[in-house]
Amino acid sequence: MGELRLMKGNEVIAEAAIRCGCDGYFGYPITPQSEVMETLMIRRPWDETGMVVLQAESEVASINMLYGGASTGKKVMTSSSSPGISLMAEGLSYLAGAELPCLVVNVQRAGPGLGTIQPSQADYFQAVKGCGHGDYKLIVLAPASVQEMNDFVDLGFELAFKYKNPAMILTDGVIGQMMEKVELADFKPRWTKEEIQANCGDWACTGKKDRKRHVSTSLELDSELMEQNNLRFQAKYKEIEENEVRYEMIDCEDADYIIVAFGSAARICQKSMQIAREQGIKVGMLRPITLFPFPTKTIEELAGKVKGFISVEMSAGQMVEDVKLAVNGKVPVEYFGRYGGVVPTPGEIVDAMKQKLIGG
Amino acid sequence: MDIKDIIKPENLVYDKTKVLTDNVMHYCPGCSHGVIHKILAEVIDEMGIQEETIGVSPVGCSVLAYNYLDIDWLEAAHGRAPALATGVVRLNPEKYVFTYQGDGDLASIGTAEIMHACNRGENIVVIFVNNAIYGMTGGQMAPTTLVGQVTATTPYGRELDLHGYPLKITELVAQLPGTSFVTRQSVQTPAAVRKTKKAIKKAFANVGQKKGTQFVEVVSTCSSGWKISPVASNKWMETNMFPFYPLGDIKDSEKETADKFKVQ
Repeated sequence: MGELRLMKGNEVIAEAAIRCGCDGYFGYPITPQSEVMETLMIRRPWDETGMVVLQAESEVASINMLYGGASTGKKVMTSSSSPGISLMAEGLSYLAGAELPCLVVNVQRAGPGLGTIQPSQADYFQAVKGCGHGDYKLIVLAPASVQEMNDFVDLGFELAFKYKNPAMILTDGVIGQMMEKVELADFKPRWTKEEIQANCGDWACTGKKDRKRHVSTSLELDSELMEQNNLRFQAKYKEIEENEVRYEMIDCEDADYIIVAFGSAARICQKSMQIAREQGIKVGMLRPITLFPFPTKTIEELAGKVKGFISVEMSAGQMVEDVKLAVNGKVPVEYFGRYGGVVPTPGEIVDAMKQKLIGG
Repeated sequence: MDIKDIIKPENLVYDKTKVLTDNVMHYCPGCSHGVIHKILAEVIDEMGIQEETIGVSPVGCSVLAYNYLDIDWLEAAHGRAPALATGVVRLNPEKYVFTYQGDGDLASIGTAEIMHACNRGENIVVIFVNNAIYGMTGGQMAPTTLVGQVTATTPYGRELDLHGYPLKITELVAQLPGTSFVTRQSVQTPAAVRKTKKAIKKAFANVGQKKGTQFVEVVSTCSSGWKISPVASNKWMETNMFPFYPLGDIKDSEKETADKFKVQ
């Protein structure tokens, strides 16, 4: 059993970063996630593990500092909230195009624009469809508890390096701000020069010595070669879809209806399921843990067994499109959500389910 | 005497530095980039730091600089090179890290990144190539374009009321306590080339001594963008650019220490 603590989701991100051997954090303050960098600055990990923490002049600079660090084979991360992630979109596209690993945490707030600092899940499209320009994907993990905030930092780095691709933890102000019991991971040392050489030696810019020079770039002016690059990216995303789908199924065995929800919406829906089952409605829940890759096949299989789906989101209906694509018209797919920073209650989710899906 | 009797190591008077690759440069005839690349390559070679040097190339004509210097390179988004360099050097403080940026990249879209990298005193060399025009996109106005200078987006010459003032960014970064060596040079004559090489070598040596941000502006020509011959370009630069962007060291000191700035 690891060390148990009562911690805020945002604080756990910082602690998990230090413990998993992260080399550098570059960030810019924005509500509701400023505790991540604040916690790191209090912890002073540079004295402990050698991890660098730097407050950048903007989110634009933060993400590009990640590009710099990632190019040298280092484990680098940043965290921000929705408007800040929009500013990072350019950098994320370049990181994906240069096939560089990094971890980005989005503690979502409601938009559009400056919106509000209250929680939201309205950056789903931005996260899973690629928020910058060009054909690319982020690996997107959606924690539903403070424990998963801890677990997904290490997992995010693992997947980012395995596929040489940016990974994102897509969470929101609810999980970032709430306190829960968490079992912290044990300390893992940062990679040594030799380990970086072993893990990233064929691409990292560590100084040209006894080899061809390494260039971290997303540029390829020859369109035929650029198409080849894109084909390589697409093959990689397909491999990710085949190997890395993660989800949780709750009470789906006997279910007539399935709620699809992720993150904090999934937490609320667990209570809705309980209320519905007390009323004799057999409801199960599919909680996607990876939003890219999306559990399409699992939903497809469930579609042959149940009477309908409802996608519950703190957005105007984004993930519901992916659920519909997976169900492909076999059974009805409905949506319910509150947004603009409003968190739905378990009761109104049950009411919506009855009204939209079951009838009556 | 046979030619083989002449080609001997002891008779060698000039050899192309091994840090410069054999790739054919894409630069236009008369462009300053080729000379500045060669200077950089020679400095890296002479200092014996090829294995320890990491370059960051910009967006602009020198976006492909990584094809010409045989070192590890990162290619940045437009203007972001100083942020990339920060990420590299903070996590690899033993490396010699430099950015190579043009006037559009450094003084327009990347103003925030360069000011803050300099203000933090990032231990990097910044090579700033100022030819007062956007070369790659076809000769549009740059922040350093002179008043009255004709470009694709100032077809009647740069007008102050419409476009604002030419930006002396080098003088600005010299005000920042994180920079220690700030200089402005050029490469239009052999003497100027030697001075620029000396400045760049000093900048790299200072980084080796962890002296903070080293900023070397090279006032340059763009005969394609200016639409005059290379020879006329040199003349135009001397006549028009040097008075507004005077050559020489602007700052040569240690970066400032904390006591001057601390709260009581």
